[in-house]
Amino acid sequence: MATAAQPKQDLSHAPSVITLKGVNKWYGQFHVLSDINLDVKLGEKIVVCGPSGSGKSTLIRCINRLEEHQQGNIVVDGVTLSNDVKNIEAIRREVGMVFQSFNLFPHLTILENLTLAPIWVKKMPKKDAEEVAMNLLKRVRIPEQALKYPGQLSGGQQQRVAIARALCMRPKIMLFDEPTSALDPEMVKEVLDVMIELAREGMTMICVTHEMGFARAVADRVIFMDRGEIVEQNEPEAFFAHPKNERTKTFLGQILHH
Amino acid sequence: MADVLPGERPQLAPPVDDTGPLGWVRKNLFSSWGNGITTVVLIVAIGWILSGFLHWAVFTATFDAKSGAECRGHGACWALIREKYRYIFFGSFPYEQHWRPLFAVVAMLAMLILSSDRRMWNKRLIAIWGVGSFVAFLLMFGQIHISLGLILFVALAAGGLGMILRGAIATPGELNGWRALAAVGALGLIGRITGVIPTWSLAIAPLSYVETGLWGGIPVTLILATYGLVFAFPFGILLALGRRSNLPLIKGLCVGFIELIRGVPLISLLIMASVMLPLFLPSGMTIDKFLRAQVAVILFAGAYIAEIIRGGLQSLPKGQFEAADAMGLNYVQKTTLIILPQALRVVIPPLINTFIGFFKDTSLVLIIGIFDFLNTANQALVDPNWAGFPGEVYLFAAFIYFCFCYSMSRYSKHLEIELNKGTRR
Repeated sequence: MATAAQPKQDLSHAPSVITLKGVNKWYGQFHVLSDINLDVKLGEKIVVCGPSGSGKSTLIRCINRLEEHQQGNIVVDGVTLSNDVKNIEAIRREVGMVFQSFNLFPHLTILENLTLAPIWVKKMPKKDAEEVAMNLLKRVRIPEQALKYPGQLSGGQQQRVAIARALCMRPKIMLFDEPTSALDPEMVKEVLDVMIELAREGMTMICVTHEMGFARAVADRVIFMDRGEIVEQNEPEAFFAHPKNERTKTFLGQILHH
Repeated sequence: MADVLPGERPQLAPPVDDTGPLGWVRKNLFSSWGNGITTVVLIVAIGWILSGFLHWAVFTATFDAKSGAECRGHGACWALIREKYRYIFFGSFPYEQHWRPLFAVVAMLAMLILSSDRRMWNKRLIAIWGVGSFVAFLLMFGQIHISLGLILFVALAAGGLGMILRGAIATPGELNGWRALAAVGALGLIGRITGVIPTWSLAIAPLSYVETGLWGGIPVTLILATYGLVFAFPFGILLALGRRSNLPLIKGLCVGFIELIRGVPLISLLIMASVMLPLFLPSGMTIDKFLRAQVAVILFAGAYIAEIIRGGLQSLPKGQFEAADAMGLNYVQKTTLIILPQALRVVIPPLINTFIGFFKDTSLVLIIGIFDFLNTANQALVDPNWAGFPGEVYLFAAFIYFCFCYSMSRYSKHLEIELNKGTRR
């Protein structure tokens, strides 16, 4: 894996694409997100980590409205999230998502998985959509699997297809929800390599992951969450070298020296 | 074997005792004293019953007789079937016109057989069913009068459906076509109702008219079962989707309907449709009894199919819904492109089992005086010339039912294997 730290670009003048202000969410009595404030610049790469149940998945799932927040404001690409279905669909067109369990559609071929959204949501002609899809499959290095079904592919290949599927919509923002957690160890690298490539091309990314090598290589900012709060955030070097909060130290101690 | 390297062990043949027909017999039928005795006893019992049946049904049977009297004292009276089969198959349909229900049945069977091939599962099938059904009903009725009101209503319904279903994907030109169709239908209907447009009907009348009261036998059973399920299927899908809806009113209506229908026997629904419904209609207005029974079957089957499909919907992992949502697909796209194709694939075998059940359940319409296949068989017994041979007639009816149900059962098995072949998960 390319772990050598890249010179990070200067984001201070970049416009914000995602803004969360005072976001709160409860599951019943359980306060899963508590007063989240977050501002993501265009082109910024953020890695979110934290113990399980800390609300990190819920956080990114609120950004494309897979989960509904109860208080506060979320603005994505200039659109404020509300119950308006048109707004939600507009945001989802701009935000690609990759899941822990791939969630490819098992009844469709790889190519059909990729072209589905461009054809039906963007109304792209089938031919053009297939061209875009084949180019993306080349980028994730599995063009030869285009006519197979997801069940015939390995986990790593499926996850790369899932990334390509999200990219087919030409999204401005990519959300990754533990993309390598369900993979066998030997397949983690092929997926991370694709993600690193994507990061270097300037995609805005929010990635929930515990792959600290990945965080070091591409993240502009690492966010640590615990019990629904953003406990600490910093540039990766500072974050790993000098964590300030006790909870961050404990967590890093657990995942780095097991 | 100690000197054989791992990975280089020779493939050995299995022990001779376990292979071949003799090995199979020894292993499965005579593996112990107890099993051996059971095998012998069962073979003797089966042989005894079979020889008794063959004696009655074949060796001493009467195949040709002028009346029941000639059969008496002999074995099975198949002459009765020979005499009555036309009535059992086609009921009171005018005798010299029996070719009509025959070809109607052939048309329906052809449609069913065509539909059983997975390669035919596309839009062409809808056209085949449209044309085939028209031919079948034209043969049965002899004359079909299509009123202007009905044509306009169909135009409105087709236009409206086109606007909804194709709305998200159609080109502007196509969408305008659907809109125009719906508008013509709506305006025309208003014109008809207000009396601006005079009444008119398109008569297709190549044959003599035969009312539904004279229909009977196989065509009746086939029509009730086939069209009952053809219409109950989409209805059941809508009910199942409605039951999972987030809108409390829709959900409540669907749950209420499903539970209400599942809570009463089919017979009570049929009796309601035949006895009680006419009491509620304004005087002078009648709805064909056959149509009422058909609607009752559709409602009943719809509720059961809805529950099966709901099972299929629940078996899908949540991630499939989320992935479709995250791509920006809307509800209709998500449901028709992602959810239903997978859910229906899961429930096809249990659905066909339900179909088999409903094929037999249609025989309950004899309660309200519709002459389905079982009822015509029953009526064949009434003839005093041929009294006293119910066994033969019921055996014959059972054989015909068995042929239909067994082929459906085989088909279900075949489809299950076919669908599992490409297990794509």
